[in-house]
Amino acid sequence: MRHSVTTRTRTSTVAGIAALALVILGLFLPAFATRSLIQDLFFILTMLTLAQLWNLIAGYGGMVSVGQQAFVGIGAYAMFAGVILWGWDPVPAILLGGAAAVLLAIPMAFFAFRLQGAYFAIGTWVIAEVTRLSVAQWKTLGGGTGTSLPREATANIMGVKAIAELFGVRDAAARDILAYRLALALAVGTMAAIYALLRARTGLALAAVRDNDNAARSVGVDARRIRWLVFLSAAAMTGLVGALIYVQTARVSPDAAFSVTSWTAYVIFIAVIGGMGRLEGPIVGVLVFWALQTAFADYGSWYLLALGILAILTMLFAPRGVWGLIHDRTGLALFPVQRRLVTDVSLT
Amino acid sequence: MTVLELANVSKTFGALKVTDDVTFSVPKGQALGIIGPNGAGKSTLFNLITGNILPDAGTVTLLGRDVTRSPAMERVRMGVGRSFQIPQPFEGLTVFENLLTAAAYGQRKREAEVQDACIAILQDTGLLAKANVLAGALSLLDRKRLELARAMATGPELLLLDEIAGGLTEAECRTLVATIRGLHAQGITIIWIEHVLHALTSVVERLLVLDFGRVIGMGEPEVIMASKDVREIYLGMEV
Repeated sequence: MRHSVTTRTRTSTVAGIAALALVILGLFLPAFATRSLIQDLFFILTMLTLAQLWNLIAGYGGMVSVGQQAFVGIGAYAMFAGVILWGWDPVPAILLGGAAAVLLAIPMAFFAFRLQGAYFAIGTWVIAEVTRLSVAQWKTLGGGTGTSLPREATANIMGVKAIAELFGVRDAAARDILAYRLALALAVGTMAAIYALLRARTGLALAAVRDNDNAARSVGVDARRIRWLVFLSAAAMTGLVGALIYVQTARVSPDAAFSVTSWTAYVIFIAVIGGMGRLEGPIVGVLVFWALQTAFADYGSWYLLALGILAILTMLFAPRGVWGLIHDRTGLALFPVQRRLVTDVSLT
Repeated sequence: MTVLELANVSKTFGALKVTDDVTFSVPKGQALGIIGPNGAGKSTLFNLITGNILPDAGTVTLLGRDVTRSPAMERVRMGVGRSFQIPQPFEGLTVFENLLTAAAYGQRKREAEVQDACIAILQDTGLLAKANVLAGALSLLDRKRLELARAMATGPELLLLDEIAGGLTEAECRTLVATIRGLHAQGITIIWIEHVLHALTSVVERLLVLDFGRVIGMGEPEVIMASKDVREIYLGMEV
């Protein structure tokens, strides 16, 4: 009997081609899409990236962080610092956001990794709040009330002129297109990196550590190293996304940038509704979230209440989310990571 | 050559001395059985050998190297494979992936390099037909088999088995014992904690008796089983 090992299925090959086609379509979309569609897509793509990153640390890594807003906020503020204090162009200043998030993630992990489960969640939240309060003391960047990107900085963002000429739009619309393209790049890059990670040896180690820390160590997996690796990479990417979001908004305040509702609660909602521990989950989740947001956001706190109830119902009756239901019914997996042993003589 | 040597190892949990001045060594290729009543400190002894817990006193030497303070991970890579008394599979991974993880990390190799070895272990342990089943969905026998298979996948010089036969039917037990005997025949050093004595004594060459954390007897199985102390401890249990 000959055996072979594969992760690929026919569906996944089709899904791969479809994903590639979507990305290419996404690149050229600004040529014929309206400005409001581009803005919606920017929102969807950034929330998707945040949800994928949260899913990586919580769904795959078992570290349920409620402090991701710390990285969004510090990323946004680092970018603002680059632009306002050192005169950087906002686009390269996004990289400062990623770097600052890593610098924050190191002490955060140092403390939070000593905590387990719910204590870890609370711990990350507390550290995020402390960061928010500290940043609110930063008077040069507006203190508690926040500040805006200076007009001369937003007027001359690198690449905007070229985009304006290419698509024949005004500068404001060109800025949206630039932000959208960067969001697309971050979303695709993040998902490709996560998928590659899961299909590599590290993916097995990550699942092992999540399922049983003790047993993982006893087969030679360095659980600590895996946790650090995943937590720091997710923080870096979250920082980049945070910086990008605030390049687009061009105005920052501690309350908005470090908002637990916007950058963690919504993100958790997306991952939970879609299905944790799967790459497909946040994709489904973000579409559900966007649809709800578009339809009901005007209802204010009733809307938030409804989101909460929906999340609780999902956890109770479909703990693996919408994608989990689809997967259980159909066996469908667009981005499979499971190593299947295939025997040429039929295997039961 | 000595694979494992414990010298005056002690461990205290609070006021309880769970391991009390334990000294013994295991030569390469030997199968050593450990018996003793519940709470005698058998599993703790395993955890001290694997590095899951560190001793308060004494030294642990593995393949001639002092590993008393080395973390569990390092000892796995040196060749200590273990099964847990209560199976602890990676439930979200398939049986095959459980083995891949153990082999790739335990032997520090790439996945592609260990695939064939994992398939061979699946065959040896009767798990091949369940290769693609999630470990969380397995029956008790299959979980026990997976414990053994996963420990083997790490490529051990020294295999520690913790009550691997407990809770199995007679037929299931025989299958498992045959597998273990096969491993022993390959020259793997085995230390086996077991309450199912007939299974244990059909494989091991030497028995160690533990009571209240102390070694109260060590020697050939027939001699040990005939001794008065052991019979007293096991009175009411199957002998």
